[in-house]
Amino acid sequence: MQWETVIGLEVHVQLATHSKIFSGASTAFGAEPNSQACAVDLGLPGVLPVLNEQAVAMAVQFGLAVHADIAEVSVFDRKNYFYPDLPKGYQTSQMYHPIVGPGEVEITLDDDTTKRIRIHHAHLEEDAGKSLHEDFHGMTGIDLNRAGTPLLEIVSEPDMRSAKEAAAYLKAIHSIVTYLGISDGNMAEGSMRCDVNVSVRPKGQETFGTRAEIKNVNSFRFVERAIAFEVERQIELIEDGGTVVQETRLFDPERDETRSMRTKEEANDYRYFPCPDLLPVVLDQAYLDHLRGQLPELPADKRERFQHELGLSAYDASVLSASRDMAEFFEEAHRVCGDAKQAANWVQGELSGALNRENLSISDSPVSAKQLGELVVRVLDDTINGKAAKQVFQAIWHGEGDSADAVIESKGLKQVTDSGAIEAMIDQVIADSPAQVAQYRDAEPEKRGKMIGYFVGQVMKASRGTANPQQVNGLLKDKLDALL
Amino acid sequence: MALEDSHVRRAAHLARLAVSDEQASDFVEDLSRILDMVDQLQSVNTDGVSPLAHPLDATQRLRADEVTESNQRDNFQRCAPAVENGLYLVPRVVE
Amino acid sequence: MHDKTLTQLANALDSGELSSRELTEHYLQRIQQSDAMLNSFISVTADHALEQADAADQARAKGNAGFLTGLPLALKDIFCTQNIKTSCGSKMLDNFIAPFDATVVEKLKAAGTVTLGKTNMDEFAMGSSNESSYYGPVKNPWDLTAVPGGSSGGSAAAIAAGLTPAALGTDTGGSIRQPAAFCGITGLKPTYGRVSRYGIIAYASSLDQAGPMARSAEDCAHLLNAMAGHDARDSTSMARGVPDYTDTLSAPLSGLKIGLPQEYFGEGLDPDVEKAVREAVSVYESLGATVREVSLPHTHYAIPAYYVIAPAEASSNLSRFDGVRFGHRCDNPSDLIDLYKRSRAEGFGEEVQRRILIGTHTLSEGFFDAYYTKAQKVRRLIRQDFLDAFEDVDVLMGPASPTPAFDLGANKDPVSMYLQDIYTIAVNLAGIPGISVPAGFVHGRPVGLQILGTHFAEAQLLNVAHQFQQITDWHLQRPAFAEESA
Repeated sequence: MQWETVIGLEVHVQLATHSKIFSGASTAFGAEPNSQACAVDLGLPGVLPVLNEQAVAMAVQFGLAVHADIAEVSVFDRKNYFYPDLPKGYQTSQMYHPIVGPGEVEITLDDDTTKRIRIHHAHLEEDAGKSLHEDFHGMTGIDLNRAGTPLLEIVSEPDMRSAKEAAAYLKAIHSIVTYLGISDGNMAEGSMRCDVNVSVRPKGQETFGTRAEIKNVNSFRFVERAIAFEVERQIELIEDGGTVVQETRLFDPERDETRSMRTKEEANDYRYFPCPDLLPVVLDQAYLDHLRGQLPELPADKRERFQHELGLSAYDASVLSASRDMAEFFEEAHRVCGDAKQAANWVQGELSGALNRENLSISDSPVSAKQLGELVVRVLDDTINGKAAKQVFQAIWHGEGDSADAVIESKGLKQVTDSGAIEAMIDQVIADSPAQVAQYRDAEPEKRGKMIGYFVGQVMKASRGTANPQQVNGLLKDKLDALL
Repeated sequence: MALEDSHVRRAAHLARLAVSDEQASDFVEDLSRILDMVDQLQSVNTDGVSPLAHPLDATQRLRADEVTESNQRDNFQRCAPAVENGLYLVPRVVE
Repeated sequence: MHDKTLTQLANALDSGELSSRELTEHYLQRIQQSDAMLNSFISVTADHALEQADAADQARAKGNAGFLTGLPLALKDIFCTQNIKTSCGSKMLDNFIAPFDATVVEKLKAAGTVTLGKTNMDEFAMGSSNESSYYGPVKNPWDLTAVPGGSSGGSAAAIAAGLTPAALGTDTGGSIRQPAAFCGITGLKPTYGRVSRYGIIAYASSLDQAGPMARSAEDCAHLLNAMAGHDARDSTSMARGVPDYTDTLSAPLSGLKIGLPQEYFGEGLDPDVEKAVREAVSVYESLGATVREVSLPHTHYAIPAYYVIAPAEASSNLSRFDGVRFGHRCDNPSDLIDLYKRSRAEGFGEEVQRRILIGTHTLSEGFFDAYYTKAQKVRRLIRQDFLDAFEDVDVLMGPASPTPAFDLGANKDPVSMYLQDIYTIAVNLAGIPGISVPAGFVHGRPVGLQILGTHFAEAQLLNVAHQFQQITDWHLQRPAFAEESA
């Protein structure tokens, strides 16, 4: 039987506010346990929440970026359950009236086609603390520093049909939130966490199969692997005559498998009801217009512009727009050099290669966008040739000069275009290579083209790479042919 | 809506209250009477009436995103039953 | 000294006739002498009070005294007080020393008041008789076999007995007004949102409101001046100007339109209470007010709606008492669930557990719409009843309670206890202010006249109550207990 996979994602994005969603405690990562858990975060008797305006603004910016309806009135609800990392015995969330309504995200697949994934809604909520399971005499330690950190939970429709689509969607969300600057998107530190709903159904069937929810799949790679495993598990199960049960599963990256989290888990009853300590959040059109006016150009728009206005290939446009840092680097380099294709080649070629080798992100690049742009300028105006340009790049990368011009000057890499000087070098090479000249003369005419390479190499060597290769080629050919 | 023993036990579990069999039957009796009283609500015509969550028709005020709290861990943990190295301790949580 | 109102004591301090230390020592001594009998205090903070009194005397000497500087008062044990036990009348918090002050406490401290101690209350403010306190019931100083009302029964009894000139209470369904009525004192429940709830241990967040309790409306006005106002830490507190509530106390009442809700004078009302209330109303007529009957047609549904909404909110509000970060923790928990279940079963008393169970049940799947959503719709109808009535009249008047204080142990059945709040509870659902003023006695037990106004009409209520107290002396009468124990 042919099976179809159906995937929906719930992505929790930690918003990059300074203070918590309902208190004035810091959200900084990595502080001493419980040193950033204030009375409100701890749920001490009598404390009350007050909503952080920046958390609201960030949620709205996301909503605008995915073309969603922003709720004029949104309401916080309490989700009631007991857990030691949940100090109040309820999580303040938005169940019935979320701040961001239906929207959509465009994802780009490997074959450069695009697909729209619908967003069901996105809501604000508070993060929980952390349980530390190191040994405290058989006890668990609770750190509530993270409790109250604002989260935006983005819930997709079950629109994805493969693990690749799910990963592309997650990347698209990552790219949007980092473009907007509403999250650092750091998956390793838990700034972005993902729950995956997976089900399978016979191809052509309309109704969905029973889904499993895979919790805390926290990297792009794990999303693909977890789904791949889960799909195979479900298909095997059904084909063996079993049925999929609706349950929560955990992905184990060590073993590359998902497993049921709580086999005897009782059905939860969270008893959602509107939080009486918070009032309805009402947003007016002027506020939305104000935030809309502040939106940066988003990845999809950039990709479009790179491709159609700058004439880049679909692939280049997609790679260069994937992260805001990358796009901004490219745009600055382009602004300086004025040639989009050259700038794109350099960013994706020499620069990306060097960054990958040293495992650096583009924001930590030792070569700035301006420096790279200036380097390209010198290639375009024939001051240096391509080979020398790579040397210049390496020199700037290693701190041997502040600018392309300085390195060209100090290393004497300026291209030699004086034909007199080049001719003198050619004459010398011909004089020093009688055997090769004889071979050239005796060769079939169609083979001579290849043989000229030797002489070019010798001339370039003599010029320490600075001679203009096109000139060398032309002049050499003339001189050698004159010897025939 | 008749209240059954299972309802009370389920509520007690959700609310994390240890309830003995004897207490459970007392609670069933008390809660049944209370809910019978509450059931008078069903006779009110509320067609077209929207629920009222707050007595005033006010809207949420927003707080500037500023860090205003400093570390008061020692102050707050003085009233804690069990702490070590700044962490609150609970019986081992099995994930 | 202890038969004086707060206002009289303030004048005595101001004239130098009396120091705050003398005043404070006097009340502390009275508490020490007679509270064993009443049980109105959970904690007496003598050292702390004397320090505050000395500081107040020094401030006064430097010319830095406000009206309340140096005046002693008591706080219901529901207000968080830094470094002072804040029990909420529960074993759950018997060991809880609050690490911060409630906003109202901060404000009163800043005004220079002296805290004598923390008063007894129904556990987590759930009760109408003060019998659900972990610290034992409070007795009514007018009759030691009667309850003082609840949940702010300790505050009311302490004022009536002359153990403090004033106190703070909270009112979720009548918890200021009903004990004020039972103890023959004046108690005001302000509009929801008028006084900050920050640092007040929550019972039902959309209903809870703190207010002043004292011997006169004038005293309440002075206290409300210090308590009211917007608090950035409470999203539900309203950013709305606070008038000087004493400015309008003397406004004449001629032309005042009084409404008598017919539902507040029906079946179940003690005829002697009704007589006292109607006599009080006729006093207003003599002051030039006009009286007409009005209807609040959904009154009957206030108690059912309240017993869905309040327990639902409470079941969630009380989840934080889990034995992890503060409060009672059971011995030797075998695992996490045992820790939760036993800590909470041991820490909470029966009435609290009952309400947690009701709230948990009515919020749970399959019941939520029939109970919670329905109750919220009825709540809107109840509020609309009041708003409609205030289109026609300025204030509403009626009894604060259907009977005078009942006997200790008289209401064993929870439902019959709940029905005691029939005249007070709708007010909290609607969020409007209400005041109870002494209006006579039935068999030696006080009767309270309840006056209700529209949202933020506190100044008017205080004015209306004050004018009554200018020509009656019910509020100045004292139980024999207060005199004997002197």
